Amino acid sequence: MNRAPKTPGPATRPIELDRAPAPQATVLIRGARLLDPRAGLDGEADLLVRDGQVAEVGDDLTVPDGTEVVDGAGLHAVPAFVDPHVHLRTPGREDEEDVDSGTRAAAAGGFCAILAQPNTEPVVDSAPVLRSLRERARAEARIPTGFLAAITVGQRGEQLTEMAELASVGAVGFTDDGLPVRSAGVMRQALQYQRLAGRLLALHEEDTSLSGAGVMHEGALSALLGLAGIPSVSESVQVARDCGLAAYEAGRIHVQHVSARETVEVIERAKSDGTQVTCEATPHHLLLTDEAVRSLDTNFKMNPPLRGEGDRATLIDALRLGTIDCVATDHAPHAREEKEQPFELAPMGVTGLETAFAALHTGLVVPGLIELGLLVERMTAGGVPYGLPVPRIEPGAPANVCLVDLDAEWEVGESGYESRSSNCAFDGRRLTGRVRMTIAAGAVAYRERTFALGAVR
Amino acid sequence: MRRHLLSIDDLSRDDIERILGRAQSFAEVSGREIKKVPTLRGRTVINLFYEASTRTSSSFELAAKRLSADLVSVKSSGSSVDKGESLKDTVQTLSAYDPAAIVIRSPQAGAAALVARWTRASVINAGDGKHEHPTQALLDLYTLKQRVGTLEGLRIWIVGDVLHSRVARSGILAFSRMGCEVTLCGPPTLIPRGIESLGCSVRTTLDDLAEADVVYALRMQRERMTGSFVPSLREYAAQYQIDGRRLGPNQLLMHPGPVNRGVELAAEVIDSPQALIVEQVESGVVVRMAVLYELLAGRDAPTGVRLPAATEPQPA
Repeated sequence: MNRAPKTPGPATRPIELDRAPAPQATVLIRGARLLDPRAGLDGEADLLVRDGQVAEVGDDLTVPDGTEVVDGAGLHAVPAFVDPHVHLRTPGREDEEDVDSGTRAAAAGGFCAILAQPNTEPVVDSAPVLRSLRERARAEARIPTGFLAAITVGQRGEQLTEMAELASVGAVGFTDDGLPVRSAGVMRQALQYQRLAGRLLALHEEDTSLSGAGVMHEGALSALLGLAGIPSVSESVQVARDCGLAAYEAGRIHVQHVSARETVEVIERAKSDGTQVTCEATPHHLLLTDEAVRSLDTNFKMNPPLRGEGDRATLIDALRLGTIDCVATDHAPHAREEKEQPFELAPMGVTGLETAFAALHTGLVVPGLIELGLLVERMTAGGVPYGLPVPRIEPGAPANVCLVDLDAEWEVGESGYESRSSNCAFDGRRLTGRVRMTIAAGAVAYRERTFALGAVR
Repeated sequence: MRRHLLSIDDLSRDDIERILGRAQSFAEVSGREIKKVPTLRGRTVINLFYEASTRTSSSFELAAKRLSADLVSVKSSGSSVDKGESLKDTVQTLSAYDPAAIVIRSPQAGAAALVARWTRASVINAGDGKHEHPTQALLDLYTLKQRVGTLEGLRIWIVGDVLHSRVARSGILAFSRMGCEVTLCGPPTLIPRGIESLGCSVRTTLDDLAEADVVYALRMQRERMTGSFVPSLREYAAQYQIDGRRLGPNQLLMHPGPVNRGVELAAEVIDSPQALIVEQVESGVVVRMAVLYELLAGRDAPTGVRLPAATEPQPA
């Protein structure tokens, strides 16, 4: 008699992230300003990390033996960030990024966890591919890394992947990112199947019959430049469709890289109607507009495209109000020779892990558009839609801490990148605010080269 | 004036006036039996064409030769571009010959601007994708000025597929800069959203065509039919073809060529004395001579053209 093995349903399995073995740090950060709005923490104090946890928070902590003491005077210690949208380009394009370089870039940006997208070569659409990737992350990843699997086989939009098996071997969620699920029928089936597989459906929203061969935002500037436009409605129309389907099937969706005012309005309405929808926005969409494309610099080419000033203002408001749940970088490395082409031929995507916090701090916090605490909340919330815990600075919590110098000024790219690619949308800009050190899941994952090693007592 | 000619936006009204004036002087040279001056002797001009072209490439070649430059023409087929060489590598290779100017035609917007980043030569945009075609706009201005004297206040209607037309984009900028009033007219599917921001008005019918002093018809590309931008060429012609009934006796007609007879233009208007189409082609050489002169020899030169000894004999 054949009996199916008894395994816990994939939906109920806890989600695990992977990283290479790393020594647990024993570090005392002395006198930094600790800021964690969720923990109600905002003030100068000492912070002791030991055995993978935040061991103690308080004034004049005693230093246990073998502790590295880091001078935090003038620095801020905040919970480290979580990026739900990273392209590690592995397998297939390790020349652009690999697990080691991508997670190094993430750690340098103050991230303690990232989620990698499955649009690789081959696509992460079967358990063996996912297993081998996880194995690689357990050997190479500097910080905990999760992997999303594709919604449809080969991201072709036709046939669902074996989502239940993929979830049981560790898929954090499902997405065809880079491409929309074109067929409403397939999208509906994915939402129905979510009841079995669990896990979030993260969606790249684009009606390709509207975006067509577009390479930039459709507007006055695309008319001037003679470039095919990608209208805002190509995004919002698809989001409206999928919010309708999610509501109908009582499913959960997460809208990736929201770019347009119209999309924010659709999501706002769906949320207030009780639809289970969350969304993310990228630093480049929050900080740049299509005006940047005037230069035809291919580091401003990405999908969705940089939109107008009105869209940007709406995104900032929505980030403040929480309609946009979290910040995601959509870190998308590309080889130099591919970006050194005329605008229309260059691939879409820009890197952003190393600049996310500094760029948003410079563009939103410094001019007073958003409070620092709120930015920290949005940058740490990336795992929430997927059911991952939020990093916190409180005794007993896993140690995920980012030490930043808010006054430090630097030029992006001046000393190269940790990423293997340099197609950063903020390349050459002067930013204020620099990550000095990142502790991820109890281990020191990044330390700025000029940031002195603390004396060990 | 800048080192390159990438966009009409690079030119002030004075720059344009100066180029048109210089073209006028070169027209005199073109009237001579020996149509050559030694201005650019010993300097190299490279024509780099990634797209089929008859008018633009041949007129640039003639322009360079009449200025006594050494000319190299590179077409994408039959060159290492065929073998997959990138634009950057091609440009750096050609730049190793130390050319004074590179004339580039490319199917991609911004290609000329990219080339300018990779070379020390002056770069002339001979058409980049659907973006711009500045020398076409200059020769259009020149042709029109020859016929009517002054451009200020002229009402120009640009009719047809504006969406896919670099000629239209450079034309809008150039005509506006010279004080003309530009109106665009075409099927709503072929007028890019937001184009009004360039300072022109938009119509969707030819009902008020009588307002125009000049009708500038654009080429309707048959390949656009596949994108269902217009239901059929028949319907397009019925709505937008400039024919003997629509073109008033005092209106001038222009077209960048090549013409689709029976689509955007009816045969009777092409051959009418109101049509400037042949003059436009003639102007191509002298205007491109003026542009080459302006970029390579004319920097800081006074407005009045001082041509070198006109009678200097050329070796046969």
